[in-house]
Amino acid sequence: MSKQINTINSTAVPLNMENVDTDQIIPARFLKATSRDGFGKNLFRDWRYEQDDESRPKKDFVLNNPTYKGSILVAAKNFGCGSSREHAAWAIKDAGFDVVVSSFFADIFKNNSLNNFLLPVTVSEGFLQKIFTAIEKDPATTLEVNLPGQFIRINSTGEQESFDINSYKKTCLLNGYDDIDYLLSMRTEIEQFENPVH
Amino acid sequence: MAKTLFEKIWEKHVVKTIEDGPSVLYIDKHFIHEVTSPQAFNGLNKRGIKVFRPQQVVATADHNVPTLNQHLPIKEELSRLQVEALKKNCAEHGIELYGLGHPFQGIVHVIGPELGITQPGMTIVCGDSHTSTHGAFGSIAFGIGTSEVEMVMATQCLMQSRPKLMRINVEGKLNDGVVSKDIVLYILSKISASGATGFAVEFAGSAIRSLSMEARMTICNMSIEMGARCGMIAPDVITFDYIKGRKFAPEGKEWEEKLAYWKTLYTDADAVFDKEVNINAADIEPMITYGTNPGMGVGVTGHVPSLTEIDEKEKPSFEKSLAYMGLQPGTGIKGQKVDYVFIGSCTNSRIEDLRMVASFVKGKRKASDVEVWIVPGSKQVEKQAIEEGIDKIFEEAGFQLRQPGCSACLGMNEDKIPAGKYCISTSNRNFEGRQGQNARTFLASPLTAALAAITGEVGDVREYWNKN
Repeated sequence: MSKQINTINSTAVPLNMENVDTDQIIPARFLKATSRDGFGKNLFRDWRYEQDDESRPKKDFVLNNPTYKGSILVAAKNFGCGSSREHAAWAIKDAGFDVVVSSFFADIFKNNSLNNFLLPVTVSEGFLQKIFTAIEKDPATTLEVNLPGQFIRINSTGEQESFDINSYKKTCLLNGYDDIDYLLSMRTEIEQFENPVH
Repeated sequence: MAKTLFEKIWEKHVVKTIEDGPSVLYIDKHFIHEVTSPQAFNGLNKRGIKVFRPQQVVATADHNVPTLNQHLPIKEELSRLQVEALKKNCAEHGIELYGLGHPFQGIVHVIGPELGITQPGMTIVCGDSHTSTHGAFGSIAFGIGTSEVEMVMATQCLMQSRPKLMRINVEGKLNDGVVSKDIVLYILSKISASGATGFAVEFAGSAIRSLSMEARMTICNMSIEMGARCGMIAPDVITFDYIKGRKFAPEGKEWEEKLAYWKTLYTDADAVFDKEVNINAADIEPMITYGTNPGMGVGVTGHVPSLTEIDEKEKPSFEKSLAYMGLQPGTGIKGQKVDYVFIGSCTNSRIEDLRMVASFVKGKRKASDVEVWIVPGSKQVEKQAIEEGIDKIFEEAGFQLRQPGCSACLGMNEDKIPAGKYCISTSNRNFEGRQGQNARTFLASPLTAALAAITGEVGDVREYWNKN
């Protein structure tokens, strides 16, 4: 897993479906592992295969369509709702994605993604539709996701939009920093918080 | 300055706010279970550190446990290994574990409150989205991911940006046959499965205040289904009476001190929310979902929306959802056949839920072609049900009283609904495959589920009472 994000130029995989919940991203029966690895092969398992049979891929599901590839997943509104399972972010990252674009992310999924160097990019509903249209027109369309400049661009049309990310998290992603290291460095402050001197 | 309930608790727990970044929030209680903790323990081991405040962590096994023959080794190997890993990790890090066989074992969001661990004014986290349940006591309770579980284990703190604030007021008297599950399904049907994303939600109003703690927990439990970061209800005498005398409740002088503080935990009259939603309790009827997210619900006398009622943009997911459910747009929901009835989960598996079902089914018998599973939320709930003779009522009705666990709520353990079958369920999610691959879920209250157990179909409990 790459522990740094900077600028990504890639084709994208469009998943134009609202309210995609984490049970779809990774069904509960695959949560029995005790490590973080290997979830990618079960990403969207029940949307990908007929009756759980890997030899019978569902032809109309986008991840089974060789036309679409790349490290950017473009999703519709309320992506990642439901269960807090971080396995959903692990599965998407493990399947080769570094960015998920949507007009609206569920809160826990967004945090989980950031903690795994999977960049959630929130765009306006209008810009999201432009991305879907551009990919539909030409699946070879590339997107530039520029974290230092905080913008996303449709390279074929030149249209771009800026996105929000707080500067703390941006620094973490650019440099591969970890929240836990940061908090561990604060232990004295935390102990003082626990036992305030009156 | 006037403050909301959320602000009062939040501000008391901020260790530090990072400039243009999240706050470092101190966490009072951390609940863990077998599914979302092993990778966090691995992370600590890799860093060579121990759990920072093990006495503030409580563990149980719930997601992956069988609900029959719990005295035998778990048959499924991966499930067994996960439960064993929890045991080993808790022992190594000095964490109290209420595992299988322990008299306190049960669903994490049932045991916290019933043991008196969950208290007003606390910050509580767990690697499970339904942690919002604990907010019913006037606490801030977040569901978190595994990296955050590791973070809290390592430092007893969570990095979190302050959510926006929403209040949902439910005023007035509830109709007959309407219980707290119907209130929350009704709110969901109005504001949608993403209506509260980014917000901490406080539930208020006379209809909420009239509810028992069990009923309040059902509502806060499902605040995550609106996308809310957490749900909460101001503590009052009902809360205090519930906590008093429980295993880990404060006693004596400590009780008096805590109680005095708890009484300050309410939203001040002039406090401002980013958003307010007003609901008239009288508008709510017994609810049922027809689709594949919890916002897709209607009153039992209603119908599945027809295509003309659906936004053009939402049509693809609406049609996909109905195709999965095997339902036609515009059809009435009453009379839909059910094959399974599941009464359980962190939403509705407490003693009050079981009593509600028992009082409805007493002396009745289930429909012959329906299978009914009653899964108590904890060993203590199970014990109490047996002491009250509720187990006999279920036995006579042909219901199966199983052992505590998450069971058929999430299609992970042995309890799954077969493909294509319809299950009326008191749980919280009707997502595709949630109760088993291709299983179809109708979410409802324990009362509406109990009625379906007797008649074999979705019905209106008020109509049934009028006729019988």
